[in-house]
Amino acid sequence: MPASSEPFIRIEGLRKTYRTRGEDFLAVSDVTLSIEAGELVSLVGPSGCGKTTLLKILAGLHPYDQGTVQIGNPAHPFDPARDIGMVFQQALLLKWRRIIDNVLLPAEILGLPMKAARERARALLDLVGLAGFEDKYPYELSGGMQQRAAIARSLVHDPKLLLMDEPFGALDALTREKMNIELLRIWRESGKTIVFVTHGVQEAVFLGTQVAVLTAGPARMADHFEIDLPHPRTLDVKTEPRFGEYARRIYRLLGME
Amino acid sequence: MDSGWARRFGLAILVHLLLLAAWHFFVVLGEVPKFVMPTPKATLESLFSGNYRWMENIWVTGVEIFGGYFLAVGVGVTLALFFSWSRLLDQLFMPLLVSLNMVPKVALGPLIIVWFSYGIFPNTLIAFSIAFFPIVLTTARGLREVEPDLLDLVRSIRGSRWQIFVKIQLPGALPYIFSGMKVAAVLAVAGAIVGEFLGSEKGLGYLMLQVQVTLDTAAMFMAVILITLLGVILYGLVLGLERLLVVRDARVQ
Repeated sequence: MPASSEPFIRIEGLRKTYRTRGEDFLAVSDVTLSIEAGELVSLVGPSGCGKTTLLKILAGLHPYDQGTVQIGNPAHPFDPARDIGMVFQQALLLKWRRIIDNVLLPAEILGLPMKAARERARALLDLVGLAGFEDKYPYELSGGMQQRAAIARSLVHDPKLLLMDEPFGALDALTREKMNIELLRIWRESGKTIVFVTHGVQEAVFLGTQVAVLTAGPARMADHFEIDLPHPRTLDVKTEPRFGEYARRIYRLLGME
Repeated sequence: MDSGWARRFGLAILVHLLLLAAWHFFVVLGEVPKFVMPTPKATLESLFSGNYRWMENIWVTGVEIFGGYFLAVGVGVTLALFFSWSRLLDQLFMPLLVSLNMVPKVALGPLIIVWFSYGIFPNTLIAFSIAFFPIVLTTARGLREVEPDLLDLVRSIRGSRWQIFVKIQLPGALPYIFSGMKVAAVLAVAGAIVGEFLGSEKGLGYLMLQVQVTLDTAAMFMAVILITLLGVILYGLVLGLERLLVVRDARVQ
């Protein structure tokens, strides 16, 4: 990978306000972040801190008032019309489609050659641990498995940037930990840049190469820092002193100490 | 699972046969006069005697029910599609439809006959007017029920309005459309018969009024059974189509 002076994502002084009933409402502010290609950045904070808004701005779904958001650099060109993959708290699979056809949805929308896309979808289902479930319907899968299918769907058009909005928030604690480990593996094997929104402090530290901490009232980014823990990470990492220090630092920024 | 299905089917047949038997023994043992209630056998025999012109009357009533019903499906679904495409249309006409839905459509019968005279057409129109509302209301609701996050997902890769409609909205609305169609199937039958009661020269409802004069209860019973069968056929068709088009879990129970 050629060293590039520009980061893959550069956000500077980002600020957005909504106008509701004649009043301005601050959605997100003071966001300054640099994300290199292949990073997994956690955005952590309470409800109303603007983390979802930030994600939607990155997805090109929301305009913003002030600041700069720039995605892509000469080494990693970015096409905003096709280089975004999204995963939400709910899997949002189409109930009437088989798993493989759910995974293919973005490929259909982008009009990609379907034969190749179908092969890719199979490979991705294999990657997320759903080999053999291609022809099942969503209701035949557990919540965790549905979320795996949603991750496969977010990757099928080979986007450069994966945006995940509390993707494991609706899962039980054990499944969630398992999915965290799985996500790290999928991230390593796919080499994607991932922005991961969560309100779980432990999850943010465990997954992130970098963590941005956002606070509510007013909604702003309080700080961001690198997580210097070795990869590939296993659950053992959570018992390391440094893991606890990072978590404590986040709690402090969130005013919870 | 297969034997469970056979068991349920067997039980359903059994309970219908039991009803027939109860009917028979009630009339025979209770010595019920035949102008009050005929036996099942006498009812069935009316099918082959007298000058009831069953086939013609079944045909007329059938045309009214099916005609009114499919007209209601066509117009109802189309209108709901327009509402989902245009917020203005939706805001203008939905409240109106909700109010009109409260009008007892049967009460419009005499008016429709004033406007369109007797016959198959006004009766079809009554069946249509009563079947139309549940279809347009449930379809409009189904088309509205789209997860906002799913819309974001499609928009993030610049999916078009049309793609959202064809790939997400319409298939997502199908279970709602069918639940409205099932309610409407029952109503369409009632609508057609009410029309025939109000004024008609043909049809099973008309026949019932004719034979009522001579206390020919067996023929009245037969007419009711035939009307019911027409309803069952329509309902069965809708159910079959639903099974074909809608994935099991997506059906509205």
